[in-house]
Amino acid sequence: MTNLAILPILIPFLSGVLVAFTHNRLGLTRTLAMLLAIVHLITMGFLSFHVLTEGSIVLEAGDWIAPYGIVLVLDPLSALLVLTTSIILVAAVWYAPSSVSEEQESFYFYAFVFLLITGVSGAFITGDLFNLFVFFEVLLMASYALITHGGKKVQLRESIKYVLINLFSSMLFVTTVSYVYAVLGTVNMAQLAERAAASDSPGIITTVAILLFFVFATKGAAFPLYYWLPRSYIVPNPVISALFGALLTKVGVYSLIRTFTLIFHQQPEIIDNLFIWVGNLTMLFGVLGALASRNIKLIVAYNIIPAIGFMLVGIGMFNIDGLSGSIYYLLQDMIIKAALFLLAGTIASLAGTADINKMGGMIRSHPMLGWMFFIGGLVLAGVPPFSGFIGKLLLVRGAFEKGETVTVIIMLITSLLILLSIVRAFIRVFWGEGNTGAEPAGKHGSQIFSAGFLMLFTVFLGIGAEAILPSVQQIADYLLEPQTYIELVLKGDH
Amino acid sequence: MENSPNNLIFKTTTVLISFLLLGFSVYLFFSGHNSPGGGFIGGLGTAAALVLMYMAYGFKTVSKVLPINYRILTMTGVLIAILTSAGSFVFGQPFLSHTFTYVHVPLIGKMELATATLFDLGVYLTVVGIALTIILSIAQDRSTSEENTSGQDTYSR
Repeated sequence: MTNLAILPILIPFLSGVLVAFTHNRLGLTRTLAMLLAIVHLITMGFLSFHVLTEGSIVLEAGDWIAPYGIVLVLDPLSALLVLTTSIILVAAVWYAPSSVSEEQESFYFYAFVFLLITGVSGAFITGDLFNLFVFFEVLLMASYALITHGGKKVQLRESIKYVLINLFSSMLFVTTVSYVYAVLGTVNMAQLAERAAASDSPGIITTVAILLFFVFATKGAAFPLYYWLPRSYIVPNPVISALFGALLTKVGVYSLIRTFTLIFHQQPEIIDNLFIWVGNLTMLFGVLGALASRNIKLIVAYNIIPAIGFMLVGIGMFNIDGLSGSIYYLLQDMIIKAALFLLAGTIASLAGTADINKMGGMIRSHPMLGWMFFIGGLVLAGVPPFSGFIGKLLLVRGAFEKGETVTVIIMLITSLLILLSIVRAFIRVFWGEGNTGAEPAGKHGSQIFSAGFLMLFTVFLGIGAEAILPSVQQIADYLLEPQTYIELVLKGDH
Repeated sequence: MENSPNNLIFKTTTVLISFLLLGFSVYLFFSGHNSPGGGFIGGLGTAAALVLMYMAYGFKTVSKVLPINYRILTMTGVLIAILTSAGSFVFGQPFLSHTFTYVHVPLIGKMELATATLFDLGVYLTVVGIALTIILSIAQDRSTSEENTSGQDTYSR
């Protein structure tokens, strides 16, 4: 049943419309949103299981045969990513009622959240470069609405930066797609891969590829295009920050993984070095930002950037260990970033300030919150047995295999600095004198539980690595062999 | 409208032109699928006609004649579009598949009935709803916000 491949888009889209209808009746909207998010999670769980055991699903929309029609490809990589997205959606919808004001909630908050998920899932499963652009626009539209949701002055200031940079990169994106079409005569990814491999002018393809790299690097916040990200991600509500931090940059990384393993790997010596060096610089500069900050939300937001660096470096290795490290890191980073943003939001809301120097002694009244934040820091830094460790171990192995010792050193230093930035925040907020946020958790209880729900998954990704790692390595293997994807989509009969 | 502008000519021609526009937009809507036209351009035509009416007669008068909540119109449109596409699940066809048939209608003769028209209807409603939501929320930002009682939230300001 090829129609299953549309479900990751269809369920959130339909949910968004349904909750938009009930926006005036808040109780109903909340219940409905939670219910639909859980339905989405369960469906995605079954779908991923189906794809991992029975093979990928390709849907040719409207029965128009590839490469002429629009294809949606639900392969193992896409399936795991839409599953992770649906996990984060559940946590976000769980957290929202206690954090978003009722006025905001009734103003189509859940509808926009579901629309964002529609765009993200669509970007993960499309098999067409132009459609990737379309789904980027879908998720950006929803994100424009969400970042200004509430309409505070600081939000409007930051959203101008956000909208301008994204409009610019969208413009560059659609221009680049037209270059790709001019050079290779198609936008279907499988056919692009086939034609790029057979092309006799790899120079032009690499040039176009580098343009595309900068498009996705802007979305993914790589060095030096990340400066807009941290401050605009912390101004909206914590739920929205969590969704943005967990999903939006990762869509950029996913697009890099997909297009550069499949299509644009004609001149490895240029492309690989580009990835490795941009990745190295992203790691170093991103973590410096986190160290320099005293705002707990900003510390978490800056920590997005070194993680992007890790994934880029992994793509640059272009071997099994490097790529599976990138994918593993991608999956676990989506979840842990969402959890940390939610926790930081709860801490700031309890303390009434986001400045870590003004807090202290919170562990006395909120031990659960404190230890969860601490574990989050360990996951981020890659301390065994948590999930960050597995990803970093694979990346380090990949780097040694490739002979990139400098990268290994930078990765290890960055990990240490990440640990320092988070542990310092932990010490300032939870230890020491003072008694910040001493009032009982109250409405913050459900916030802590929803973050805990995400923590369960990261702990599982760490301790249960044996169960997941084979699938991830299979995916890396599959990415290194573009022929499999080409045959899957084009079926060799065109 | 305390000191209403002298726009007699505008108002009079609007009556004629807006109905011509509405008729043309319906023509555009039905001519879609096989020739230029379709839900999107038809919707824009209808939105243009409605905006012309709002401009000539003011928000209050037109919303009395047409008590439509355009946000609900948008959502209904999207819902129709989704459901007609998802109908392919029931028939075991790939998503977004459409079919058509020819029927013989008395007086008109042979006529093509396509399920794509239903999808287009969703697009049409969405476009009308979105265009008017945007235009009206910009237009009534200051001038009519006090008399804004037609079920529209004022929170967006």
